[in-house]
Amino acid sequence: MTLAEAIALVHNGTADALVVHANGMISRAGFGHGDRSEHLYMIGSMGLAASIGLGIALARPGRRVVVCDGDGNVLMNLGALAQVAARRPANLLHVCFDNGVHGSTGNQATISGLVALDEVARAAGYAVVRRVGDPAALRSALGELGERPGPAFLLVRITPDLPDPLFPRVTVPPAEMTQRFRRAAEPATGR
Amino acid sequence: MSRPSLSAIARPFVDALERHGFDFFTGVPCSLVKHVWAELEARGLQVTETREDAALGLAAGAYLGGRLPVVIMQNSGFGVSLNALASLHRLYKIPCLLVITWRGHDGADAPEHNLLGPVTPALLDVMEIPHRAPAGSDELVDAVHWAAELIARTREPVAIVVRPELRA
Repeated sequence: MTLAEAIALVHNGTADALVVHANGMISRAGFGHGDRSEHLYMIGSMGLAASIGLGIALARPGRRVVVCDGDGNVLMNLGALAQVAARRPANLLHVCFDNGVHGSTGNQATISGLVALDEVARAAGYAVVRRVGDPAALRSALGELGERPGPAFLLVRITPDLPDPLFPRVTVPPAEMTQRFRRAAEPATGR
Repeated sequence: MSRPSLSAIARPFVDALERHGFDFFTGVPCSLVKHVWAELEARGLQVTETREDAALGLAAGAYLGGRLPVVIMQNSGFGVSLNALASLHRLYKIPCLLVITWRGHDGADAPEHNLLGPVTPALLDVMEIPHRAPAGSDELVDAVHWAAELIARTREPVAIVVRPELRA
């Protein structure tokens, strides 16, 4: 399963969610699959996707929040796993696309092959943890996790393959992204 | 004449923060603001983060969810925070109020603070983060008003630097 296939399944399986995309190829793949106001694409501050997602989940407990993270990003800020587990937001799904490499900088190996990040999340205290490696299992896990209170950690094994041509760069200006996301995150008013 | 300590002004300071709309508090503690920390926790707020840049990420998420955040840290943690402040807060126009304690400001603190202490205001200047270092309790509450107005106008991070002499 490639990043493009996996991120499309996650988007389609969490349709109304507020989604934070980690910097690098994950943001580009998410933007390439389909842009929405409910999407935030990071273009810097590597490692902070889960912290940002946690802040959104705490501020908007009535909304589902999905973090599209990567193994390199999670390893950069392992403390975020502890903080998510400590705060226990039921509305947070933390997805980690694990390709075992830093895909945005030339596929240098991470240490996710030596350190099982799903087991780290389980030990930290996420309410539910799943590991999947093919599209059918990913669909099934998204269905299950949609029904259960979180915080959930879903490790998705993907290949390091990138498309040619590459995913597009994110073209939404960052400050505009902030404003449209804040509007999209507001509770629905009666109409 | 003795200055009022932060222990005596923790409550008015937190009151001023809440009055000006700040409604999300996180950070990493410092002994210089332990009474402020205690005051926040006494109000039922869960404040402690694992690292200062993670606290900034959490605060950015809170702002994206409609809150107005305050992030408390030592100036040593400000060093940890530079990339988040540049490539998240400033780039995305995500504001927060930084409450930064000023360890080592006179070069006569513990050794680990004496390099970063004297350059803290210059570092804030380089990062283009407006800052004030109030001398006393009235100035501290005034600084909250100043910071809130600036944040509303610019949507950028603003810092209040807490001098050691404000400590209890």
